[in-house]
Amino acid sequence: MKSLDIKKKIDIEEILNNLENYHPRRKGWTWRENVDGGYKVEKFHFKDMTKPLKNSVPLPAAKYFNNIDPQPQPVITTEIASGRFEDDIRRMRMAAWHGADHIMVIRTTGQSHIDGLLEGTPEGVGGVPITRKQIRASRKACDLIEDEVGRKINFHSYVSGVAGPEVAVLFAEEGINGAHQDPQYNVLYRNVNMYRSFTDAASAKKVMADAGIFQIDGAHNANATAKEGWSVMPELLVQHGINCAFSAAIGMPKSQIGLSTVPPCAPPAPKVWYDLPYAVALRDIFSEYKFRAQQNTRYIESDIEEATRTHVIDTMISALTSADIQSTITPDEGRNVPWHYNNIRGIETAKQTLVALDGFKQLVKIDRSGPLGEMVRDIKERAICFLEEMVESGGYFAAVEKGFFVDSAKYPDRNGDGIARDGKGGVGAGSIVERDADYMAPVCSVFGYNKLPAGLKKPCDPIEGCTLCKPEKIAYIDEIDQTDNCNLRLAKTVEYRKGKMIKPEAEWAGDGTVLIQLFVPEELEVARVAAQEIAKKMGLLDPEVINAQVMHPSEGTFVEVKGKVDFAIDRTTLKIPPKEVLLSEDEIREGIKKIGLKVVAGTVGEDEHSVGLREILDIKHGGIEKYGVKYHYLGTSVPVSKMVDAAIETGADAILISTIISHNDVHRKNMRKLDELCREKGIRDKVMVMCGGTQVTREIAQECGMDDGFGRGTKGIQVVNSMVKILKGKKRI
Amino acid sequence: MSEDRIKKFEARRQQLKNMNDEQLKARFWELCNQIVEPMVDYGRKYTSQSIERSVLLRMGIDSVTSQGVVSRINEAGLLGKGAGHVVLKVSQKHKVDLRAAAKRINEDKTALEGLF
Repeated sequence: MKSLDIKKKIDIEEILNNLENYHPRRKGWTWRENVDGGYKVEKFHFKDMTKPLKNSVPLPAAKYFNNIDPQPQPVITTEIASGRFEDDIRRMRMAAWHGADHIMVIRTTGQSHIDGLLEGTPEGVGGVPITRKQIRASRKACDLIEDEVGRKINFHSYVSGVAGPEVAVLFAEEGINGAHQDPQYNVLYRNVNMYRSFTDAASAKKVMADAGIFQIDGAHNANATAKEGWSVMPELLVQHGINCAFSAAIGMPKSQIGLSTVPPCAPPAPKVWYDLPYAVALRDIFSEYKFRAQQNTRYIESDIEEATRTHVIDTMISALTSADIQSTITPDEGRNVPWHYNNIRGIETAKQTLVALDGFKQLVKIDRSGPLGEMVRDIKERAICFLEEMVESGGYFAAVEKGFFVDSAKYPDRNGDGIARDGKGGVGAGSIVERDADYMAPVCSVFGYNKLPAGLKKPCDPIEGCTLCKPEKIAYIDEIDQTDNCNLRLAKTVEYRKGKMIKPEAEWAGDGTVLIQLFVPEELEVARVAAQEIAKKMGLLDPEVINAQVMHPSEGTFVEVKGKVDFAIDRTTLKIPPKEVLLSEDEIREGIKKIGLKVVAGTVGEDEHSVGLREILDIKHGGIEKYGVKYHYLGTSVPVSKMVDAAIETGADAILISTIISHNDVHRKNMRKLDELCREKGIRDKVMVMCGGTQVTREIAQECGMDDGFGRGTKGIQVVNSMVKILKGKKRI
Repeated sequence: MSEDRIKKFEARRQQLKNMNDEQLKARFWELCNQIVEPMVDYGRKYTSQSIERSVLLRMGIDSVTSQGVVSRINEAGLLGKGAGHVVLKVSQKHKVDLRAAAKRINEDKTALEGLF
């Protein structure tokens, strides 16, 4: 299949084409590549940054730093699962450009209770139904995307529920790079029978181990579930320990086993007093294993900024301790199924924090001699006592029956709200069968007893190769449900993806979802209803308040309302301003030299801003002086009339004014006044007039009589380019 | 009961007081390894319909067919032989390929008779 063209949208239909013959080009997990001796770029020598990307979108402030885009050490995760994989693929591409190289797909609600594999591409709820076709298409897309950005992408989903072994084989066959696998998760949160869960997990883990699939456990769910997430820290160590020890005993290399760990607390609590000792205790005990640091979701509310602030602290804890994978939570998770751009926000939070904290551990050390050391030890001791009590009570299965786990009290205290499971109960109870003496499974990656004929080179010799050795043997099913599949969905959105119609979207092509933000000067309850009414009058369909924050109990409320638009815009009717093509530097210099171009410049009105204009003028900043322009700078708060007088006195060819303040449209007034005064004095034909400022655009400036106008981020070359073009137009040069 | 537990905890904790960090770590892993032993044993000695379907997948049999085949093998009390083993036997007996053997198990009620 053809590689991606940066200027074109990814072609989903093309990905689906010939999918039955696609096989993954590699298996296993990929870490980021380190740069020997640190990464040097521009004026900076980064200590912990990895190999840069070929194509990416850097952080917003990068334009002040020559657009550098340093890539931190940990793999960065984003979870993308809108229910329609065909739309998720586009989001995966955006995420990769912003620095994600671990894409996790959550499964559709209820899949963990389905005893078998799903097939085809039915639409999901709260996740994607994981099927061969969906993951194969996504992996194929990730191949193209990773070539475009120049870094390997790890694709990830879940090996849990009652079909774990089959899902593990599916993932091994399809080159899935990472997966959650933790039998305790099935037992505690999915009520899968505990004996079935561990029996299946052993088989699933063996398949994963052989396919190099990186494993992440499910322990973090305890602090997402327990009322006081920070109280269950000793138990979390125990849960991590059980899955790690169990996986290692099955034969999974420790370097392939990751702990899923979340800083359990959040402000307004004194977060680091809980989270830092916990992070240190974990890294002490699990030093041979990998860490997947997740951000906190337990206490996220509907305010995106609040979530982001907590996530910055979470990421700082990763930087201060360690993380092999930094997972991100979309900051809108507390209010809706994540939207495209909120995945990007989550990724940027991690990237921005980790880049800022480059080399942090060379500057700051954790002090174990004070209270932290005592707290770390306390957690470890409690965890060990927890394990000892489990052993005394008869082992893991007995402990689960007695409700040892997810009790919200700090061990050894109990609130009696733990999750207890009956060994004879749960999904799949009584479904395991003892293997007979002649039990045989003639395939690779089988765990446990397997009576194969003697003298085989490979376990799959009796069948002349299994699918893990001969991928061409994989049985591919395309679609099962002719009324619920991606072909039908794609047909409905083709005009938005490939045609000329433009419709805003949050999750799915053509969903029409928009968000409006408003301040309503009323108390909370009134403001919510008023905001919804305002959205209705604006023409939004199904308006719904998704966030409201009190600014003051009676002065007002900040409200965010989501809704849908039912129209689309025809691209061919849009008037897109043509992009300015700059003259070459030589052409500019030559033109300026011909007439010895002179200008007068200053900030007009009652305005003391000078930095922007000085950067346009000074040679040091690549300003117009660099191209041979002679300038006369009059300073700040210059009356417009003085600018005109100075131009006459010096015989200037142009007047450049700067106006930053735009209160009461004063910037427009100043521009008009300049134009009028020049006309009155009879110099308007000879003198070019131009204006710059943060609220100025070419259109506004020309509307106010200027020859040109320049907004935020303008460079000197753009100003001289404009002047030389005007002079050429007037045949003066 | 509860007070007894707390007392036991205090006593256990006392035992740990003289251990250094390395010793605590070793004790933690000793207990974890001990706890998971019986679970690993279940994984070695037992099988399930999902495990057996995962074997059939690796034999190139699609998920829909595997579902029926394993269910029939389970009903016939032959899961302990291994579903892959059963399908292989049927294929050898009738000299058909594995996919045809799986199909036969789903369609012919006598296919599983007299194999072992």
